[in-house]
Amino acid sequence: MGMGVDIRNRMAKRAAEEIHSGMVVNLGIGIPSLVPNHLPSETKVMFHAENGITGMGPSPSKGEEDENLCNAGGFPVTLNKGGSYCDSAISFGMIRRGKVDVTILGSLQVSKWGDLANWIVPGKKVPGMGGAMELAQKAKKVIVVMNHCDKQGNPKIVTSCSLPLTSSACVDLIITELAVFLVTEEGLLLTELFAPYSLETVVNKTGCEFKISETVRMIPY
Amino acid sequence: MENAFRKVTTLEAVMKYFHDGMTLMFGGFGGVGSPPDLIDGILDKGVRDLTLIGNDTGFPHIGIGKLVSQQRASKVIASHIGSNPIAGQLMHEGKLEVEFSPQGILAERIRAGGVGIPAILSDIGMDNEFVVKDKPYISLADKRYLVESALTAEVSIIYAKKADEYGNLIYDKSARNTNPLVAMAGDITIAEVEEIVPLGSLDPDAIITPGVFVNYVILSKGVNWKWAWE
Repeated sequence: MGMGVDIRNRMAKRAAEEIHSGMVVNLGIGIPSLVPNHLPSETKVMFHAENGITGMGPSPSKGEEDENLCNAGGFPVTLNKGGSYCDSAISFGMIRRGKVDVTILGSLQVSKWGDLANWIVPGKKVPGMGGAMELAQKAKKVIVVMNHCDKQGNPKIVTSCSLPLTSSACVDLIITELAVFLVTEEGLLLTELFAPYSLETVVNKTGCEFKISETVRMIPY
Repeated sequence: MENAFRKVTTLEAVMKYFHDGMTLMFGGFGGVGSPPDLIDGILDKGVRDLTLIGNDTGFPHIGIGKLVSQQRASKVIASHIGSNPIAGQLMHEGKLEVEFSPQGILAERIRAGGVGIPAILSDIGMDNEFVVKDKPYISLADKRYLVESALTAEVSIIYAKKADEYGNLIYDKSARNTNPLVAMAGDITIAEVEEIVPLGSLDPDAIITPGVFVNYVILSKGVNWKWAWE
């Protein structure tokens, strides 16, 4: 376990391993937004934002913000060399046409079949789906980065989502602070564990059965 | 300036187009690229019972969020209301009807309205009860699709960086977002812009929205709200 690397950054660092040069990548808010900090400088990617930016760069320094250059969450960003702007229809055309290679999202629940529920808590929080449905359905690879359990300690990885689905059978990879799961046609396959957690801990905190890879990688950082 | 096409006008002159019960489409994404003076004008006129169509409901004090927070809308068609908690509260109290549409499909419905197409076929959110509610399906080449109706509005209000006297528009970075689509979908489209220039001053290759879609142009006093990040 790397000194000073907090839990959120460990998850982001693992997610960054999925990103390779030449990819178009869309990042959700929260932990996914930390992923660029963990990319090697030689990895050249185009970050896509739903509001019409391809080639989005890091946040500007204080005082350098441009109110007309913001990410989909409304916060100031910059544009990398080779970046471009487009309208919302074109931006989502890129998504639906399959031009976005990876999307990394947070979630409220994910089922063992890769169903994603991240847009509504009935009677409590109804923010709307925004662009999550298109991204979940049409990005080539959907990675969920989330806490293993909710604030009440309930598992977020479940047999069947109790919350309304954003999209069914769309998630490819789940990264939590405890482990990494691949979504396969037979259900979940645990492939990696974050040190120092044990398999037993993961089993106890997961709301569904899952298979365990023959070679489980212990993530060192 | 010559104002040969009589499109360059004032906020006061366009206020006659806003009335109770109207359908109003707005450009902007989280308030970025929403027209501040037009929104304030509508607020000041006391217009109520609006049906608002746009990407999101802004923040409580930013963009279209101002109209929503002050209960000027009875219905909103949007993809997201999460950044405006007052919108969520009004929805739960039954004071605001919200129709959620997936963001890119909403953009495409607006675009369809703007280019004279009655509906689009979509495969987004077909396993979601909220998305499919009351919508017909159609089969095409052995696949089933959802019919998503086009959206138009009595008036569209948009924000741009520059306009010439004909209403040809260029936008500023990510403030473009839904504006070029909303511009096409209004029966009357009013552009609030940072700068108005004479005919021939804009590079024709750089124009994003041809002035054909723009009825009126007014000069903006600029954004008058404090951003969430400030």
